[in-house]
Amino acid sequence: MEQFLQQVVNGISLGSIYALIALGYTMVYGIIKLINFAHGDVYMIGAYIGFAAITYAKLGFFPALLISMILCAILGVVIERIAYKPLRNSTRIAVLITAIGVSLFLEYVMMFFVGAEVRSYPNVLSNYTLHLHGVVINMQQIYIIVTAIALMVLLQFIVHKTKTGKAMRAVSIDQDAAQLMGINADSTISYTFAIGSAFAGAAGVLVGIYYNSIDPLMGIMPGLKAFVAAVFGGIGSIPGAMIGGLGIGIMETLVSGYGNSMYRDAFVFLFLILILILKPTGLMGKNIREKV
Amino acid sequence: MRALTKKNILIFVGILLTFAIVQGLISVGIISSFHEITIALICINIIMAVSLNLITGFTGQFSLGHAGFMSIGAYVCALIIMRYDSTAGFLMGILAGALVATIVGILIGIPTLRLKGDYLAIATLGMAEIIRVVFLNLEITNGAAGLSGIPRHANWFWLFFFAVITVLTINNFIRSSHGRACISIREDEIAAESMGINTTKYKVMAFAIGAFFAGVGGALYASYFYFLKPNIFGFMKSIDILVIVVLGGLGSVTGSVVAAILLALLTTFLQAFTEIRMILYALLLVVIMIFRPQGLFGTKEINDFFKFRKKHERIE
Repeated sequence: MEQFLQQVVNGISLGSIYALIALGYTMVYGIIKLINFAHGDVYMIGAYIGFAAITYAKLGFFPALLISMILCAILGVVIERIAYKPLRNSTRIAVLITAIGVSLFLEYVMMFFVGAEVRSYPNVLSNYTLHLHGVVINMQQIYIIVTAIALMVLLQFIVHKTKTGKAMRAVSIDQDAAQLMGINADSTISYTFAIGSAFAGAAGVLVGIYYNSIDPLMGIMPGLKAFVAAVFGGIGSIPGAMIGGLGIGIMETLVSGYGNSMYRDAFVFLFLILILILKPTGLMGKNIREKV
Repeated sequence: MRALTKKNILIFVGILLTFAIVQGLISVGIISSFHEITIALICINIIMAVSLNLITGFTGQFSLGHAGFMSIGAYVCALIIMRYDSTAGFLMGILAGALVATIVGILIGIPTLRLKGDYLAIATLGMAEIIRVVFLNLEITNGAAGLSGIPRHANWFWLFFFAVITVLTINNFIRSSHGRACISIREDEIAAESMGINTTKYKVMAFAIGAFFAGVGGALYASYFYFLKPNIFGFMKSIDILVIVVLGGLGSVTGSVVAAILLALLTTFLQAFTEIRMILYALLLVVIMIFRPQGLFGTKEINDFFKFRKKHERIE
């Protein structure tokens, strides 16, 4: 039982990170129906920005997190403006391939500048650990969970209580109608990218602190898994992405804790295929009927 | 329909000439063994790209898991030739690898091909990852360390032979009524269905044929490079193949062939700078999609360009 609870705690911390990345996927998918493959790489760059801020600028955890979020938001908007905007009206395959291209570009540009080697993340948090009935919770996990919850509350506030959030919801329901109501769809899409990328940047810093190591290709796997989480929760749905992220995180730690950790990734993808076949709308997705 | 039309004889002579010239250059020693690797890669990439083009370009089913089928062909063939080290064993290995890849393709295709667009892409990507993880954990494939010392039976003759077979088979398939059905699915699935085309059947058929030739490509890879490990066939490999198809044009067999040759040459020239090569690759993808989303050839074949000119002359 204690071991199970321990795995669940580990799963929740990993899952919060997945949820933060999944939010970006789901928001972007909701608004322009694009699987933003480059999202995992924005997360990687976020981790490097955090690394630079802590190591070279000697900043603490929160300033580093904030800088990483701001720079990633800018990066996300730049990517959207340069690569995706010219393709607003082209086929889905074309946009998806562009996203893959952007992803490769970010990975190898980073590799060119910082090298392919794995770097160890500086430890900025204290080594204090909390013992609760045999379950060990360390400082990193507390920071991850608290940061993730705070950001998700902030997102809920932005989406439901601000004008920008209202515009985002309107554009994701019907872009043309929203434009007719005087909403600037282009800038709304940019805002969505900015927010999603900022969350990915935060996830990057958190994962660097949690796992202590970063490398230019670190974004591929978590990116794909966060996408699985977004699909699991119902793509386009913000609460869905949160629940999906936590679900995937817990599932993954349970599989590696009780089964074979080598099969962890295979299990996540098997799960993805099963969801796609059995319930493609996910837990909270809306069912859209196809019209001829 | 006569088999011995003027066009077919011309194609046959062209194939023989290409083979003879390259074979001659290899025997004289103008093509060094280093450049022979490039030629082998070109042949394998042609097989992979043309078979993916059938799935993605002609049938319109976006697959990101082609490397998965390739790895199945590679491992099955490698395991067979390591037991039966002879040309017969090599051919048997290729056939077995291709058949196993086909069976897996059908088994995976039936459920996943119900999905559309990006969902299918992600599902096939997941499938390739599952295959990779399975190979990573199996005892018979020697896990992450991989198989080494696979006897080399693939040479220029076999590589060329199988590349030609692949291109001709898929080209003929596309021109058959089955192929036309596949193309109609790409153009409009709902319309195709309402015209009485069994879309699931044709999608699975295209997927199975694509998987078969991907298996052949993988088997040749195993036998030519005598070393295999699961990470060769990761997500990146699928992307590599996709880049060739997209650059050549989704829906153009000759486009894939030309793009495979161009990209292999580019890779060879940039051998020393892996990172720059990948950055160029990525930029190429984005730039093509923004400025020429239909690729070099679009849905045209190389001979269509000549036809157009002739018609033009006649009008004048």
